[in-house]
Amino acid sequence: MTRDLVLRVLGKLLIPFVLLFALYVQFHGDFGPGGGFQAGVITAAAVIFYAIIYGLPAARRFAPDWIIESMVAAGVLVYGGVGVFGILLGGNYLDYFVLARDSVHGQERGIFWVEAGVAITVSGVMLKIFYMFAGRQRDRDEA
Amino acid sequence: MTLLTMMAVLTIAIVVQRNLFAVVVFGSIYSFLMATALVALDAVDVAMTEASVGAGMSTVLLLSALHLTRGHEVKPLHRPLLPLFVSLVIGAALVYGTFGLPAFSDPQAVIHTHVVPRYLLDSLRETGVPNVVTSVLASYRGYDTLGETTVVFTAGAGVIALLRRRRGRADR
Repeated sequence: MTRDLVLRVLGKLLIPFVLLFALYVQFHGDFGPGGGFQAGVITAAAVIFYAIIYGLPAARRFAPDWIIESMVAAGVLVYGGVGVFGILLGGNYLDYFVLARDSVHGQERGIFWVEAGVAITVSGVMLKIFYMFAGRQRDRDEA
Repeated sequence: MTLLTMMAVLTIAIVVQRNLFAVVVFGSIYSFLMATALVALDAVDVAMTEASVGAGMSTVLLLSALHLTRGHEVKPLHRPLLPLFVSLVIGAALVYGTFGLPAFSDPQAVIHTHVVPRYLLDSLRETGVPNVVTSVLASYRGYDTLGETTVVFTAGAGVIALLRRRRGRADR
């Protein structure tokens, strides 16, 4: 944890906007550059920023390990679930056009959930790897 | 050209530099230059990924790994002649391979005449998504992206498995 006042105040000011930008990248990915992968990385970067300024325990309170670990698997499950849902509705695996009444709407719905799955897994994995590295550092310091 | 020159200079600096902290920072700058080059090539999606993953995330991870090790690269035990020879041969083979590629932004290249016209012309009507990169990634090539997500998942699971066992051993 840093005692630098400027960093702490600026971090508090900027992190909400970083998270907002991640959401923008996620949901505006249909129209501009971006998508699930980039949004997931930006989300993880915001939490890592928080962890660097306020310390790992504070970040672990904000995003506990069990949530991060379930995010790692949940994203792939969401992605695969879209495919299975397509089968249940009478299409092939990962067919989107059966997801809604007209096929274009179904495509948009499928892409939305697929991108959500990618974002969840990517941010989970990035955060988990960072926690792992940073946590080892702390363990060694305590020993 | 300026970008490429700066990247070449950075690569040499990375090779020469023995302070690993400086190497990580140089690598981050290299990634940002690469992202700029990708913007110049109109590949904004890839540039965004390069800037966030290459320059941001991997720098943070390398720095946190560096915290666990020493900050200086050790001198190699023997002269790196064989590795130098291997990398020169592979580099020459790659350069030779580029001669077989179609000319830069050639509209008649094979890759631009196969499925690309359909993606560019019909994807808005078929998927309702204006960004072709997104529609190709998530819809036309959805199966590949599922594979990529699984790769990311596997990487995360592998890191968890490796580092967690290490921690358990330290506790004993």
